[in-house]
Order: sequence, then structure tokens, then C-alpha cells
Amino acid sequence: MTDNQPKLRLRDVRKAFGPKVVLDGIDLDVGVGESLVVIGGSGSGKSVTIKCILGLLEADTGSIHVDGEEVVGIASRDRERINRKFGMLFQSAALFDSLAVWENVSFGLLAEKKVNRDQAKEIAASKLAQVGLSKEVGEFFPAELSGGMQKRVALARAIAADPEIIFFDEPTTGLDPIMADVINDLIVKITREVGATALSITHDMVSARKIADRIAMIYEGRIIWSGPTAEIDRSGNEHVDQFIHGRAEGPIKMAVRA
Amino acid sequence: MKILQHIGRIFLAFLATVGRLAPFMGSAAVHCVRPPFYPRTVLRHMVEIGYYSLPVVGLTAIFAGMVLALQSYTGFARFSAEGAIANVVVLSITRELGPVLAGLMVAGRIGASLAAEIGTMRVTEQIDALTTLSTNPMKYLVAPRIIAGLVMFPFLVLVADVIGVYGGYLVAVYKLGFNPANYLQRTYEFLQAEDVNSGLVKAAVFGVIVTLMGCYHGYHSKGGAQGVGKATTNAVVSAPILILSFDYILTEMFFAR
Ligand SMILES: Nc1ncnc2c1ncn2[C@@H]1O[C@H](COP(=O)(O)OP(=O)(O)O)[C@@H](O)[C@H]1O
Ligand SMILES: [Mg+2]
Repeated sequence: MTDNQPKLRLRDVRKAFGPKVVLDGIDLDVGVGESLVVIGGSGSGKSVTIKCILGLLEADTGSIHVDGEEVVGIASRDRERINRKFGMLFQSAALFDSLAVWENVSFGLLAEKKVNRDQAKEIAASKLAQVGLSKEVGEFFPAELSGGMQKRVALARAIAADPEIIFFDEPTTGLDPIMADVINDLIVKITREVGATALSITHDMVSARKIADRIAMIYEGRIIWSGPTAEIDRSGNEHVDQFIHGRAEGPIKMAVRA
Repeated sequence: MKILQHIGRIFLAFLATVGRLAPFMGSAAVHCVRPPFYPRTVLRHMVEIGYYSLPVVGLTAIFAGMVLALQSYTGFARFSAEGAIANVVVLSITRELGPVLAGLMVAGRIGASLAAEIGTMRVTEQIDALTTLSTNPMKYLVAPRIIAGLVMFPFLVLVADVIGVYGGYLVAVYKLGFNPANYLQRTYEFLQAEDVNSGLVKAAVFGVIVTLMGCYHGYHSKGGAQGVGKATTNAVVSAPILILSFDYILTEMFFAR
């Protein structure tokens, strides 16, 4: 293991659903402690990319390295070990609605039998505090919370097991601008505190500028540009320019049918 | 030609479903016997399936028994065989009507709710979330529900047997004027352990069918609320068809020797 080995390395990752090619050779590196944001239009394969890394979908071909270890086609026992390094914030929050908030937050810890229920409840309270929620919220059920609060609970759940790599799938989508900014701040704060590597995907440029060290753009199943956040305004790439300025006119033609 | 094409397409879809169902069943079976187990989830679903289905199963059984006594009386009177009513009632209930009617009634209740619950978890990414939290969804969601079905259906059928026979007894004694002691004696006389046992085995199989169909269709639902609706429909349609076909197969195995 060398110091400059990236935390995550994707090479020529391809994924198709039937005849429909979604990922057409993704190359991506995320360095240790880095926050990379992948931007791209709806349906461009951002979520599929993350799900391939997490093993929720199996990449057709290509290679995905986590800390230098190949995870495409990995045995399920090794997959469990790898996934313990991960925390994931789902686009729809994906809280378990039959469980109280605190049980949601400590679900992974309880599943791994690292802690008993009393300890789990304490840890849940401290994680909730980290995302600015009081201990009392822990007794609620997810359906009783607003969308913004659900996102925060999901964030607390994603960081509960102190992951090395955290994935954020459209963390601000569906939130009002102020709540979106709160979530962005939390993401920046928490990834710094935990020292975690972060891979986020979004089509919200405000969010991307705020949380990214580096930005990459996905288009037609490939990464067409990547560079430091400060350079995104002078990328010299027409696709990137059109996307960050949100123009209908340009080289990107919106697919009318998904 | 159109009809042949249509039949061919249905047949192919059927094969595809079997091809996906087989590994799902295998995986569910493995997770039913391999730890970790989730006893609290199993218990919750045992109560849901067993206890809360009692009213509907009880009502179905008592009316089935009553109708059976009445029908066989009017039928058998034609050749003066009214004495056989007790036998007809107890054998029909334990062997056939108990398991099948209870199975069909509970299939609607449980199959729909399982498919809707698991389907919603699928389309809201909760099943993906389980995987990322070191929890196998087949083990956590599917296995406990199938175990609960396997255990509770025989219990329900046993209850249905008793209530069904009692329904027949009520009609025979209070409406048709049979002697109570006589009727009960004829009920016991011809009843063999195998009659009840075969019904309980059927019940266990139906319990697996109903929970499996609910879980399978929910687990593979996609595309939002509409997809969950479709999964629910598929679960409540496929379970009764499978119940009736397995009923025939099992009857053939038990009694056609
Ligand atoms: N499980 C699946 N089966 C079939 N098609 C899928 C599946 N998951 C995603 N897709 C398709 O892949 C494309 C990319 O999806 P996704 O990665 O979710 O987009 P986004 O960039 O908005 O996150 C979409 O057109 C979607 O329809
Ligand atoms: Mg997405």
C-alpha cells in the first residue's frame, strides 16, 4: 500500500440494463479524505454508479478498487467486510418506517452486534446531536418527521458506524434552499470531523460547489470532465458550461424518454 | 395465430417467473435455517398471521360446516343415507375444506399486506439500505415471514377443523333433529389421524405458498406506487392458484395410493 493509493478507483466500469447502456466506461479516482462530487443530469447513471460500488448492482465489466482491493465479483462474505467501510445516504432517505428513529440510526451497529440496545440508544443520541437533532427525536417514527429532518436522521444513520467512505445520493434534492444549505453544512462538517472520504452525486450546483474538493461530470455513461471545484467555471468544456448554467441550448440534448 | 402468440408469450413469461422464483426460494430456505435469526420479527408475524386471522378463518369454517351438513342432508335423503352426514362433514372439513378455505382466506389478507409492505420497502430503497447496514434482506425480511406462515397455517387449520365440525353439529342437531351423542359418535368413528394430518401438511405448504408469493412479488416490485400495486395484485392472484393446484397434487399423494 502506498500513500498515494486512492481510496476508490473505478476503471472502465460498464453497466447495461437489457439493451440500455447506462454506464459506458466510467473512470474515477477518489483520494483519501477527499470530497468528490459527481454532477450530471437526471437518469445519467449517477445512482447506478454508486450502487455498483456498494454491490447493490453488479457491474457488467470493469474494475472497482476499494483501498486497492478489487470488489467487482467479490464473494459475499468479503463484500460484507468491505461494506462496513461504507456509509450511504439514500436519495429518498430510506428510513425503516417500522422502527423508531433511534433504532434506525443504530441499526447497523445492532446488526453487527457491536453494542447492546442501551449502548445503541446512547450512540444514536450522540449521532443525532451531531446532525443537530435532540434526543427526543429518537423516540419518533420516521413518518412523523418532515423531509428535512428525515434527511438528517438518514445522515446520522450513515455516519453511525464511523465509516471511512460516505456516499451521498442527491442529499439536497427535494429540500427548500435553506434546509438544503443546512444539509450541505452538515456534510462538510461531518466529513471533516470524521475524516472520511466522500463521494456525492447531485445535479444541484450550489450544493456541489459547497461540498466538493473536486467535481466530475458524467454524461452518456462516461466521465467527460473532472477538476478542482475552483476550476469548474473555466473548464473549457461546452457540456459542463451548459450544465452549470442550466441552459436548454447546447450540446446536451435532453432525452425526451428516460 | 394471435391466440397462439398470446399463449406462447404467457408460457414464456411463466418460465421466466419460475426461473427467478427458484433461486429466490432456495435463498429463502437457506436463510430460514442459518443464523442469525430474528425471533422478534418471527413472533410479530406469527401474531399477525395466526391471531388476527382467527375471526375470518372461524367465520368461514363455521358456515362451511353448516352448509355441508345441510347440503348432504338434502342430497343423502334421496337414498336414505342421512346417517352419513357426520362422516361427510368431518372428512370434508379436515381433509379438504379446512385447509383450502383457511388458505384462500388468509392468502388475501396476508399475501396482500406482505407484498405491499416489502414492495414499498423496495421502491423506497429501504431494502438497499438494509444491505448497506450489514443486514441481509432475505434473512431479515423474507425468512421470518415464511417461518411464521409455515408454523401458523397448521394452527389456523386446526382451529378451522374444530369450528367447522361444530358448525355441522349445530345444523344437524338443532335444525335436522339428530341425536347429539349419536352425531358426535359417528364423527369420531370414521375419523383417522391421517385425515387431520394430511390437512395440516397441506396447511403448512399453503402457509409457505402465501408468504412466499407475498415476499417474492414485493421483493421484485419496481417503479413506485404503481409497481407496488401490481406486486400486491400478483401476490393475491398467484397464491390461490398455487394453493388449489398444490391441493390437488397433495391429495393425490396422500389418498390416491
Ligand atoms: N434496476 C434498474 N433496472 C433497469 N433500469 C435501471 C435500473 N436502475 C436504473 N436504471 C436506469 O438507469 C438510468 C440511470 O439511472 P440513475 O443512475 O438512477 O440516474 P441518476 O443519474 O438520476 O441517479 C435510468 O435511465 C434508469 O431508468
Ligand atoms: Mg439518482
